[in-house]
Amino acid sequence: MSALGNTPGMVPNPMHSLTPSGNLRRRQLTSRLFVTLTVAAAGLAVAVLLILVYYAAKNGASQLSLSFLTAQLPAPGGIVPGGGMGPALVGTAEVILIATIIALPVGVLTAIYLSEFAGRRIGRVLTTALEQMAGVPTILVGVFIFGLVVAHFGQSAIAAGLALAIVEVPLIARASIESLRRVPGTLREAADALGVARWRTILGVILPTAANGIVTATILAVARAAGETAPVLLTCLPVGQGYQLDPRQPVATVPVEILQLLLSGQTSTVDKAWGAAFLLMGLILLVNIGARVWLRRSERKRGV
Amino acid sequence: MSSLAAPELNRLAPADPGQRSRLDKVDRRANGALKWLALGGGALVFLVLLAIVYQILSGASGAFDKFGFAFIVHKDWVPASAQFGAWTFIYGTLVTGVGSVLLSTILGVSIGLFLSLMAPRRVAAIIGPLVEMLAAIPSVIIGLIGIYLICPFIKTDIEPWVHSAFGWIPIFGAPEPVGNSIFAAILVLTIMVVPIIAALTRDLFLTVPGELRDGAEALGATRWEMIRGVVIPTTQSGIVAASILGFGRAVGEAIAVAQVVGGVPADPIDLFKGGYTGASLIANTFISPVSNLNTSALFYIAAILLVIGITSNLTAQRISRSFGRAR
Repeated sequence: MSALGNTPGMVPNPMHSLTPSGNLRRRQLTSRLFVTLTVAAAGLAVAVLLILVYYAAKNGASQLSLSFLTAQLPAPGGIVPGGGMGPALVGTAEVILIATIIALPVGVLTAIYLSEFAGRRIGRVLTTALEQMAGVPTILVGVFIFGLVVAHFGQSAIAAGLALAIVEVPLIARASIESLRRVPGTLREAADALGVARWRTILGVILPTAANGIVTATILAVARAAGETAPVLLTCLPVGQGYQLDPRQPVATVPVEILQLLLSGQTSTVDKAWGAAFLLMGLILLVNIGARVWLRRSERKRGV
Repeated sequence: MSSLAAPELNRLAPADPGQRSRLDKVDRRANGALKWLALGGGALVFLVLLAIVYQILSGASGAFDKFGFAFIVHKDWVPASAQFGAWTFIYGTLVTGVGSVLLSTILGVSIGLFLSLMAPRRVAAIIGPLVEMLAAIPSVIIGLIGIYLICPFIKTDIEPWVHSAFGWIPIFGAPEPVGNSIFAAILVLTIMVVPIIAALTRDLFLTVPGELRDGAEALGATRWEMIRGVVIPTTQSGIVAASILGFGRAVGEAIAVAQVVGGVPADPIDLFKGGYTGASLIANTFISPVSNLNTSALFYIAAILLVIGITSNLTAQRISRSFGRAR
């Protein structure tokens, strides 16, 4: 301060420079240095994202073609050239469909219970349980389903679906709780004042109002499940290279297929792995961006 | 909405009292049904969690009966001769976990600060979602890029440089010909943990009251002094909680680590040597065990990971809860 010569009641000394000097200068430099470092950290994260996307595109984009999307899986070891991701795409869709059919009702019901019914104590226990469930490493979810299902009935799309359902439930439940809580209390009060029964309020007023958030959460959970490798690896390894629709049989999935292609280590199969990786990454990022944009737009429209 | 509310209005004063009570009964039943259904969903979450713990512990019991707690510190892992010890995997798990969390906390907190306090709102609205996108990329793809981009980069650039500059420090040891190493696993995990810590701390920093920040700046504090003197102290327990959550995530990551860590059951001091982690061992060998004891030993390692995961989660939860109450 004194560097400015600006003590109250005194005319500023024109001989003093107005640019900071000495201690203040040092402090401002330190500050600027740290601000620059945070900018650099954010820039680094964005750069890593761009490098990942660019590198996957560079190696994988040339693989994409209609036949890559529909052809049977490449032969193991890359002995026969050709092959695509058809069965793996269908299998991934099948597995996440099973998972979501289970996880959506469980997640939403849990969220309804927590936001509409639960007392403080139970609410706290259940919230803790949800957070623990979200924190269980996905590979251990695979180990769990292996012991519970695969050890008795063998590998199947259903087993993988169950494992991915466990991954999805906490994601859907947590985001649903948030959007249920964001429903304005006035709506609830209005329904109560009209003498509407609780269940009608919940199903007819609160859920529809929160629906956008719940749908977004489900879509993001599906995107997450589609990219999960660890739980599927232990519960659903495909046999053969063809299409498999029977959910009681193991099906091919894109992430596991990427891993399998890498393991065989031939240039041709590694190229296929890049193609599959680019495809999967592109789909997941597009779904993520789309869901976010859609949620933001619908929220702005409703003025929430 | 209105389609449901309007008939309700009519039901408020039904002509026939008998109809009224019948509706009441239906409503009461439906209320109960919905409540129990919702409770059922919650109970299922709870049961599944208990079942996970039970299943993994009971799977581990065979190995636990045979080896006891010595399993944890025992070094040899030779399935063919029924020798099982988890130390090298626990070592790899802890070193990669701690290493990546140290890096990710520095980077993640910086990004959180940038997004919440530094960046203009427009910039933050673009950069924030981009950083979150990083968390959406499947681990198998990060691992793939780890193999073909990060490992070669470590081998040809980082490792020789670090070795020539800091080679006298044991953790940077002697030059290694391969890029697959504990260090590669740390980098890959950092990519996965940074977005988590960044998102958590950004929300955390936004909760610091504006008056405190403005007050500090009005007293002449620079931006950095304001952060160091006001923002960090009021949020430090939350930052710790975010790091611990990140640690839990790093410990459990299997696929990406399995692809780059080297897959060598060893506990090298030198970070540029190959190692192994518990989760990646399970991913690599769970499907093809050589004996029941092998499976049980893998379950034992799964149990150790579960304990580390649940402990770090509960700790993070407790810290952030007490933090919320204190404010």
